[in-house]
Amino acid sequence: MSKLSPLAGILVFLAIWELGVYLFNVPAYLMPPPTAVAKTFVQEFPKLLFHGWVTTYEMLLGYVLAVVIAIPLAIGITSSHRFDRFITPQLLFFQVVPKVAIAPLFLVWFGVGTTPKVLVAFLISFFPIVIDAAVGLRSMSSEMTDLARSMGATRWQLFARFRLPTSLPYLFSGLKVAATLSVAGAVVGEFVGADKGLGYLLLVTNSNMETALMFATIVALTVIGLVFFYVVEFLEAFLIPWHVTHRVREGSGTM
Amino acid sequence: MAAEAYIQLDDVSKVYRAKAGQVEACGEINLDIRESEFVAIVGPSGCGKTTILKMVAGLQPRSSGSITVGGRSVDRPQTDLGIVFQDAILLDWRSVLDNVMLQVDIRNLDRATYEPIARHLLELTGLKGFEHHKPFELSGGMRQRVSICRALVHDPPLLLMDEPFGALDALTREQISMDIQRVWMEKRKTALFITHSIPEAVLLADRVVVMSPRPGRIVEIIDIDLPRPRKLDSMPEKFSEYTGRIRSIFKASGVLAMD
Repeated sequence: MSKLSPLAGILVFLAIWELGVYLFNVPAYLMPPPTAVAKTFVQEFPKLLFHGWVTTYEMLLGYVLAVVIAIPLAIGITSSHRFDRFITPQLLFFQVVPKVAIAPLFLVWFGVGTTPKVLVAFLISFFPIVIDAAVGLRSMSSEMTDLARSMGATRWQLFARFRLPTSLPYLFSGLKVAATLSVAGAVVGEFVGADKGLGYLLLVTNSNMETALMFATIVALTVIGLVFFYVVEFLEAFLIPWHVTHRVREGSGTM
Repeated sequence: MAAEAYIQLDDVSKVYRAKAGQVEACGEINLDIRESEFVAIVGPSGCGKTTILKMVAGLQPRSSGSITVGGRSVDRPQTDLGIVFQDAILLDWRSVLDNVMLQVDIRNLDRATYEPIARHLLELTGLKGFEHHKPFELSGGMRQRVSICRALVHDPPLLLMDEPFGALDALTREQISMDIQRVWMEKRKTALFITHSIPEAVLLADRVVVMSPRPGRIVEIIDIDLPRPRKLDSMPEKFSEYTGRIRSIFKASGVLAMD
């Protein structure tokens, strides 16, 4: 029953939307009914697939770049106090600068190709990964450090056998936040200047008043974001099963 | 006696630097512990008893005095020992058996030699059948038993226990006390046991070191002359004489209220 309720909620929402459009005679270019959006989605599926793939590609590239750079950086930040004080204020500075404002700059520097989109997706997903990875790498208790030292653990063992596995649940919460943000990053990049991708399609349908296709594009973006989120969550369940099972057991209240 | 002491603390003190100035955790600590002896340190919170254990383990530097273990001065983390902390601190991603074997893995010892020992210890502490469970599936008492096995699997000459029952309920404390006694009687390790429970100290130890509140000083060292194995439910008169004596020392130093 409790599993059904979110789905039921969405259906009720769609029904009210559909009814409202007919009852108040809202023109389709303002607000198409969900059935029309669904029809457009099916009809224009090849187009959505083409542009969707472009956006997915940019998003994944930016995300992977963020992961590859953020994790070593977090390890550096947590293992050297001096490096932490040197780099952290700069990270914060770059995070506070709005990415939407930098995007046009990237266009000037790198043209309308893939690069500026990847860079915006990278910039947007980078920060939560660094922050959460650093929190995770610092989360080991001092008693666990004492335990490791009493076993004669080397620096490498302390890191690989204790600190890194302890950090994984935190790292993954950052990875999941970043996954949902990276789609937005790619779209922002496309808004500024592109000839393909779902962001580009949004602009085109907007100026042509093709509102139903616009809604279908938004649906496609949402699906991409959701699928990506669940892929990361699946990886989490696979890599750190102790954490997920723990959470499930606590949640079910049958301890 | 000094010649045969395994652990020697000679006029040891620990002073912390705090914002409000220097805080003396403990001082004038003189204590010799013989090989195979079970010594308990009992005292109120903040008397520096945990600090003493960490200084013996080389996990905290002392401010003055000298500490030797097995004839060698302690100036770095000691590895020839096993420690049981207040929390079990098990690794969530390892099974019960692998948590015990962590000690073996980190030290690069031979797994095949030590796995039977690990299994034997788990059996001795009533964890047979739980070898492949994950820590989150265990109760607090079971987790602490795993950490006791982990502290013993590599057969160290010294066992340090820092309020190992601190986070457990009364019934579990009693059971694990019995487990520790059983394991200790089989292995006869030198043991240093930190607690704030008077009956637990008397139950387990050959000698009980009674400490005053901060700044921690040794008030008295009491020999416990009771036959082993000791049991909580069939203790001779002398047991309550010992606990009463320690209680009166605490009353005199203001730790316990006069009645």
